[in-house]
Amino acid sequence: MKIVIIGNSATAVGAVEAIREYNQTAQVLVISEEPHSIYSRPMLSHYLAGEIDRARLAYRRADFYTRHNVQPILNSRVTAIDPEAHTVHTQDGASYPYDKLLISTGGVPIVPPIEGIDTGGVFSFSRLDDVNRILEHIQARPTWNAVVIGGGMIGMKATDALMRRGIRVTMVELAPRILNTALDEIGSGIMTRLLTGAGVEVCANNTVTAIHSQQGYVSSVTLRDGREIPCDLLVFGIGVRPNADLAKEAGLEVNRGVVVDGYMRTSHPDIYAAGDVAEAYDLVVDMNRTVAIWPNAYRQGATAGGHMVGVHREDPGGVAMNTVEACGIAAMSIGDGAASEEEYQVLFELNERQPYYKRLVLKDGRLVGAILVGNVNRAGIYTGLIRNKIDVSKCDRALLSEHLGLLSLPDQYRKHIVTGFGIEV
Amino acid sequence: MKRIVIHEEYCIGCRLCEVHCLVQHSSSRDIIKAFKVEQPRVMPRVMVEESGPLSFALQCRQCPEPSCLEACISGAMHRDEETGAIVCDEERCVGCWMCIMVCPTGSIQQNLSGTRIASKCDLCYGAETPACVANCPNEALTYEEI
Repeated sequence: MKIVIIGNSATAVGAVEAIREYNQTAQVLVISEEPHSIYSRPMLSHYLAGEIDRARLAYRRADFYTRHNVQPILNSRVTAIDPEAHTVHTQDGASYPYDKLLISTGGVPIVPPIEGIDTGGVFSFSRLDDVNRILEHIQARPTWNAVVIGGGMIGMKATDALMRRGIRVTMVELAPRILNTALDEIGSGIMTRLLTGAGVEVCANNTVTAIHSQQGYVSSVTLRDGREIPCDLLVFGIGVRPNADLAKEAGLEVNRGVVVDGYMRTSHPDIYAAGDVAEAYDLVVDMNRTVAIWPNAYRQGATAGGHMVGVHREDPGGVAMNTVEACGIAAMSIGDGAASEEEYQVLFELNERQPYYKRLVLKDGRLVGAILVGNVNRAGIYTGLIRNKIDVSKCDRALLSEHLGLLSLPDQYRKHIVTGFGIEV
Repeated sequence: MKRIVIHEEYCIGCRLCEVHCLVQHSSSRDIIKAFKVEQPRVMPRVMVEESGPLSFALQCRQCPEPSCLEACISGAMHRDEETGAIVCDEERCVGCWMCIMVCPTGSIQQNLSGTRIASKCDLCYGAETPACVANCPNEALTYEEI
């Protein structure tokens, strides 16, 4: 059997590891547009911050491909998939036959068309090459002021990293507040004040309308409200959209992302899609949607890889979640943590000074979301309650405790965790 | 693979498991130095939860399909090839807390005293009996093939 994987990140690794757990004979090819061997995209902010060196970006050991008997074809862009002929074609004119294909092409950074964008010092923040270019720019030219477009998770990570380099950052966000999908107003307010206190200018409800340059490099931007912000670096950290063009052109069913079933199969039986490009099941909203996060990418890859070699284990579905840090204070958003009080039962505990904030969202006595700022100890307990849809109506107050533990949980569920996974919930 | 089994009905909350775990994971292996002197601070990877008469010692449950492993962005969290245990390579961990966000048992902890790392049970790296089990006076922890 011939398996071809397009993409070389978490999804591909998840697929390869699952394939080799059950099958040693299939021929596996990983085709990647990037020239680099497997590295960790979410670690790029740590790399940009100067916290880790290039070597530590490696997500798996250097011998990953050989140990898993995988042939990597790097620096090679797939230009077309022919589902009838079971072949993929690459830019350099080569074509590769497959029996099973995995599309894990991830996302492409969203870069809105802005007047003056084609100048030096303007970068997206998605791939290693982007970050290398930012680092080269910082080293070659004195960089004091940066503008980061996007106040979501990506923009936040870029901002935090640049601050650690001693660069003053102005953050521009289109929505009325930063981190608006992950956090509610209170959580977002805490993070905003932390950033502002550290010298970041947060311009919410705003956008960059023009980019100005001097001698080929960005010198300032004009905001929608008319202000002009001087800067010598501009980073797009808006986020990504599914990189689904290949799938679309191959005639697969695509909404926002590539539509997949519980085994990550697309509308074509021999083609799978997983990771940021896929529109897979989300168990909190109880529907398929694209959620570009690392754990989903890995698990979906493993589900697809397993299915290819005959292990038919349905994906239980994802939970949207992420974690971000500003000035050393961690914030987490799990599931539908920012849902409004009007539709759901909301419990919260707030101490702005620490800061400490916990917000739990319940629906019909079951946890559907959580936000944590400051103290993130044992946060996964919430994730477990959400995933397992445990009735917590009798212990909801205990769940808010700063000293959350398994003792805060319903007896049966605690016994399930403590005594062993053999005990049913 | 052998796993640690928790018997909450036998636990008396003496926390000897925490003490011995900490010493086991210190570089001096000396109880006084481990508690008082060593930097970065040594943390026990087992935690006793207690409320009234009920108590138990909790450490990583070694899930068959570990969420921490799929969520780890650095590749630090991995299955040890020799022992089969899920362990965190502290040299590679960057302290992003993704594992803490997904662990349903809440048994991974932040260690912020040196470089930030996720601290978890490693089953004492292939030891015949992990320190917490060996030193539990009440057999509230046992090490069994499951």
